Amino acid sequence: MKKINRRSFLKGGLAGTAVVAGTAVSKESSASQSFGGYPDSMGVLVDFTKCVGCRSCEAACNKEQGLPAPDKPFDDMSVYDEIQHNGQKRRTSEKAYTIVNRYKVKDREAGPVFRKFQCNHCNEPACLTSCFVNAYTKTKEGAVIYDPTVCVGCRTCMIACPFYVPAYSYSSPINPVIKKCIMCYDTRLKFGRPPACVEACPQEVMTFGKRKDLIKIGNARIRSNPDKYIDHIYGEKEVGGTAWMYLSDVPFDQIGFNTHIGEQPIISYVKEFLTIVPMVLTIWPALFTGFHLLANRKEALKNEKPSGKE
Amino acid sequence: MNNLAKNGFSPVVSHQKKDGTTWTVKEKILLGLTPKDYLAQQFKNPFNWILAVIYAIGLPIIIGRFIYGLGWVTHSSYDYPWGLFLGFGLFTMVPLSASGFMMGTTVELFGRKDFKPIERLGLLNGLLGYLFAVVFLQIDLGQPWRLIYPMFVSLGPAAILFLVAWHVATYLSCQVAELVPAFAEWMGLPRAKKFIKSMVLGLTVAGIILSTLHQGALGGLFTYAPGKVHPLWYSSPFMWFHFFCSAIFAGLSMLIVVSTFCKWFMRWRCDQTFLKSLDRLTLGLSKGAALALATYLVIKIIAIAHDNDWSYIFTGWGQWFILEISVGVILPLVLYTMALRNGSPALARTSAFIAVGGIVLNRLNTALITFNWDLYQEIPHWREMVIVVTVYATYIVVYRAILARMPILFSWKEKPDQ
Ligand code: SF4
Ligand code: SF4
Ligand code: SF4
Repeated sequence: MKKINRRSFLKGGLAGTAVVAGTAVSKESSASQSFGGYPDSMGVLVDFTKCVGCRSCEAACNKEQGLPAPDKPFDDMSVYDEIQHNGQKRRTSEKAYTIVNRYKVKDREAGPVFRKFQCNHCNEPACLTSCFVNAYTKTKEGAVIYDPTVCVGCRTCMIACPFYVPAYSYSSPINPVIKKCIMCYDTRLKFGRPPACVEACPQEVMTFGKRKDLIKIGNARIRSNPDKYIDHIYGEKEVGGTAWMYLSDVPFDQIGFNTHIGEQPIISYVKEFLTIVPMVLTIWPALFTGFHLLANRKEALKNEKPSGKE
Repeated sequence: MNNLAKNGFSPVVSHQKKDGTTWTVKEKILLGLTPKDYLAQQFKNPFNWILAVIYAIGLPIIIGRFIYGLGWVTHSSYDYPWGLFLGFGLFTMVPLSASGFMMGTTVELFGRKDFKPIERLGLLNGLLGYLFAVVFLQIDLGQPWRLIYPMFVSLGPAAILFLVAWHVATYLSCQVAELVPAFAEWMGLPRAKKFIKSMVLGLTVAGIILSTLHQGALGGLFTYAPGKVHPLWYSSPFMWFHFFCSAIFAGLSMLIVVSTFCKWFMRWRCDQTFLKSLDRLTLGLSKGAALALATYLVIKIIAIAHDNDWSYIFTGWGQWFILEISVGVILPLVLYTMALRNGSPALARTSAFIAVGGIVLNRLNTALITFNWDLYQEIPHWREMVIVVTVYATYIVVYRAILARMPILFSWKEKPDQ
């Protein structure tokens, strides 16, 4: 089914009172498209052609982040057969910040594709922009980290994340908080070291480096092997670009990626509303006080001539 | 109580009893009945027995929610972080409570004093709806005790929910202030009433601004999820306007519904001014609702054309969408128009009930039913439903208690009629 690019038309013009809105909106939304992340931020390039689905990264993350013991041990490959809700594969949860899923692909010599999945550390994170207590921070190293001490638990960030990443510790009555991958910021990234899952991978599926270098590496790999790779680095441009990017030899939509996600960061969809706010704040008081004066003038006239209508 | 009134009981309408002595606060609270009569009255009402059953089941579950956490009452879904508490409690209660700012605008701002008899009911409907929307929110928030964080501890002013939080809080105080006169009359505090009267215009204008923005903002919240809300229910530029515009007829229709219930079940409490003008007022409200419905229908279609979502109309979701629009928008629009043409308040009331249902369906569709249309559908946990019913029952109880006492459906008199 064809998805529609909702942004391709003019962005305002509700006719009538919205003339002012029209100009304000288009200015703001074009400004919102320019931020491409911090120049020297780090990232990870994941090459699915190399992944064998050993789940070492899952285990490494569990240990690094001090997460509770998993329901099934990390060497139990039966998790790949698990199916949740109507055919859904496993997803990140309060106990697992990263998940590897298996996708059966027809006529692929190497067998099924294994896809590792965690927070993508967006350049313009939807989670960050939607949080009303500013719990999220995009660090200059590129990680999207999160302060659980201020989280109120509204879960808007979960609504907003286009990749369905943040999980919530519903089970805790006293201190439920958002749980998600933080790119090992506290323990590694801050000191310039690669994340635990990257280091743990025996197949060197993941390359850690500056985001802009990773794009070059990715393109070089595609060019040197054009028959193998799909000509696309997923995450280079998606929703404004992400720190984690992906290479694959099968079309991305076959291995659980949303390929209709668009290149606009999520905030650009929201800007349309945000720009009417100052307008309402400035125009409404004058407008409605004016109405009031008019209405009461009518009434004053009516009192003089009781035959006035209504 | 209606029976009691038929047998000659006359409710409290003034500080003075018929014999010239003053009612005490306790007597006012007991509606001027003796404690024994009052209790007997409560026991006779079958609706109270239904409430008792609801509380017997619901209260322990609400307590459980705070002891065992959200995971105990919901499916703990990561894909559906918002369930019924917000889908119904916030996104539906708030538009249905838009009557407050609209009656304020009509009467205080546009000087339509002819709507005066129903103004206070409109304001009360607004206040209670918002109050209980906040109650629902407090049940849904993971850490409700941090509700003030976005205001004072850690501010995220660029987020839409930030705006909603601030506006709902300010608007709640606004609405409390607007209802102070009713409370002041009942308690006999003329100074408070005078004070509020002096700033009523300011309050009303503030009410309009805040309402426009937060009603719109509730729609705006869904613009964060362009891929998750079904395209037919989603429109980045129009979402806020859809929510705002539908709140107008939602609020007006809810007011018609509530006034109808008052006419049926609380007739004893209504004064003649209210009862006599109700038919005319119902039609007056219908006119506003019909206009808003027509506007809403047009912008819904414009949004689909703008986003070029026509191809979705022919899918299963499209049929569901068409059903919602036909039953929830077009049908009430036609009925309201017919009611206005024939001058039939009964038809207008029918239409109002349908329109309210339509709004509930629309908000649930946006927040839950078509949400994650690409993934899977989720039916809320039964405990979640029980909590919603219980909180809603409390809303009705509080509503009823205030209507029975404060001068909402009747005007307060200096002296009781002899
Ligand atoms: S993937 Fe989701 S949680 Fe991670 S930074 Fe992007 S929006 Fe936030
Ligand atoms: S759940 Fe917490 S982190 Fe997420 S938006 Fe709400 S307050 Fe912010
Ligand atoms: S980067 Fe760190 S937190 Fe994120 S998935 Fe890898 S190990 Fe886990």
